[in-house]
Amino acid sequence: MRTSMFSRLWTVIIFIYLFAPIAILIVFSFNAAKSLSVFSAPSLKWYRELFRDDVTLASLKNTLLLAVSASIVSTVMGTAAAVGINKLRRRWLAAALDTVTNIPMVNPDIITGISLMLMFVFVGRLFGLATSLSFWTMLLAHITFCLPYVILQVLPKLRQMDPALPEAAMDLGCTPLRAFFKAELPEIMPGVITGMIMAFTLSLDDFVISYFTQGNGFQTLPIRIYNMTKKTVTPKMYALATIIFFVILTLLLITNLIGDEDGAKRRRSKKRV
Amino acid sequence: MKKIVSVTVALCLIFSLAACGGSSGAADAKRLTLNVYNWGEYISDGSEDSMNVIKEFEAWYQENYGTAVHVNYDTYASNEDMYAKLKSGAVSYDVVIPSDYMIARMVDEDMLLPLNWENIPNSEYISDDFRSLYYDPDDVYSIPYTYGIVGIIYDANVVDEEDAVGWDLMWNPKYAGNILQFNNPRDAFGTAMYKRGIDVNTTDPADWQAALDELTAQRPIIKSWVMDEIYNLMESGEAAIGAYYAGDYFIMLDAQADSVDLRFYYPEPTNYFVDAMCIPSSCQNKELAEAFINYMLSEEPAIANAEYIYYASPNRLVYESEDYIEEMGEEAMEILYPDLESFQDAYNTYAYRNLDRETLDLLSTLWETLKVS
Repeated sequence: MRTSMFSRLWTVIIFIYLFAPIAILIVFSFNAAKSLSVFSAPSLKWYRELFRDDVTLASLKNTLLLAVSASIVSTVMGTAAAVGINKLRRRWLAAALDTVTNIPMVNPDIITGISLMLMFVFVGRLFGLATSLSFWTMLLAHITFCLPYVILQVLPKLRQMDPALPEAAMDLGCTPLRAFFKAELPEIMPGVITGMIMAFTLSLDDFVISYFTQGNGFQTLPIRIYNMTKKTVTPKMYALATIIFFVILTLLLITNLIGDEDGAKRRRSKKRV
Repeated sequence: MKKIVSVTVALCLIFSLAACGGSSGAADAKRLTLNVYNWGEYISDGSEDSMNVIKEFEAWYQENYGTAVHVNYDTYASNEDMYAKLKSGAVSYDVVIPSDYMIARMVDEDMLLPLNWENIPNSEYISDDFRSLYYDPDDVYSIPYTYGIVGIIYDANVVDEEDAVGWDLMWNPKYAGNILQFNNPRDAFGTAMYKRGIDVNTTDPADWQAALDELTAQRPIIKSWVMDEIYNLMESGEAAIGAYYAGDYFIMLDAQADSVDLRFYYPEPTNYFVDAMCIPSSCQNKELAEAFINYMLSEEPAIANAEYIYYASPNRLVYESEDYIEEMGEEAMEILYPDLESFQDAYNTYAYRNLDRETLDLLSTLWETLKVS
């Protein structure tokens, strides 16, 4: 597709606008001085400080652990839910369930956060616990708000899929469960993967809901950074952000390169048939 | 294939971070847990070659009492955040470090436990100036941790010396566009009330209205409303005048640009605050909490904390320590520990107290009027 000079220029401008803040962050993570406005000399000081800071590394570990667990569980649950909703005969019920599952997505974070916290406290009181919140309550909260996104990604793929496929598999002797894994799942896999990645990103990024449902000793990274703001956010946070940025960039590059290989293989095998 | 690769890479990431990050491993059956709730960046945590007070406390406790302790150190960004968490009953903490007006409120609402002074013998090192303060007149629920005084920071390259007097500097139209004001109602109204000589804890609506008039008159000449943004703005020279706490001035001084020459002075009267250590009623292990408080009051941790936070310490072992005085330097000592006839009197007169519901609502309304008009 031939792009005009103007549209290319426009693309460049948009990219600069999107990535300028990150670029500044990366540059200032190598700053010897403590400030975000004055660049004195290049240095790796803040990277050294970061690796010495147990609390920040612990909160990073917590954040990743939470994000991975929440995304895996919500992907499995969400896919199952989407399959179930898709199979419903009564369309009004399917529509109603659609609406209900969208509620956590549409609700302001703060309402979801506070209501979850109150519910956990209520249940905690029933059991006579001193502390109602912990890693598990955070996990439940994260699964709750990740679910709608997974369902939203998987459901369209299910609707696009030819219902004859799993039926054909069962005709050929599969049990319904095997038919699902062999025939349906590969077809909806792009939706499932997208849903999982979205769930992971949302959980990693979440502040408000995590803030209200966090328990003792389990702080996530966004909360830790926010709590530093009364004094001042030290540049080791810039170092951390830079590291996270490059790790995710590498991950995306790897998956996209391998993805290309996979796609190319499929195209070659289809040609032969 | 794609999925397997990404999942594997992600898992490797997590395990490697778990290996280098995690401090304590599997939970020991006999291990105690201490839950501490403090402001962010408010304890010496080992960064930039400072003492890691939390780790040292765990080691010290293990040595002296023979039991292992794990400290869960959580942070908050404001008194109100901490209050909401504790009030909801959702989490239990053993030690908490609120500000004065919040302590008064928590005492009123029975949220704090009285301290057993026999378990905290180091409390004798807190100077007498910090006894019988208004929020805890009988010294039952709290022991001071840090204190501070609000002052005015200015760039000597922009501001003339003769103008750097009193609160008027922040209202001086000569420096329009260079002035920063607090972005929270209590502190902003406070500056106007100190300037006019009004009692900051007044319940008279006419007084609050007078303060609003001052702030409205100031609006056209301020650059912006700030809280922690003040650091970057003053350090880079984008703004020349701002009010903030004494300790924070030194952080800005450290990081200032070459073209900026920051100075500091106290206008009269000004705001004082005290942050104190308390034990909330949800505490699970009172003796352990008191042992922690006692440890924080001992010489090494107290000096390390005071040097890291850069706020003034009410602890004799700190401000009389030669090492500390040398480390801080003459100028810092003069500013952080000004010669006050009586801290107690100044504090009890000028500190913010908890306002009643009506006055808080009035303040809210006036603040909105100021911001929106």
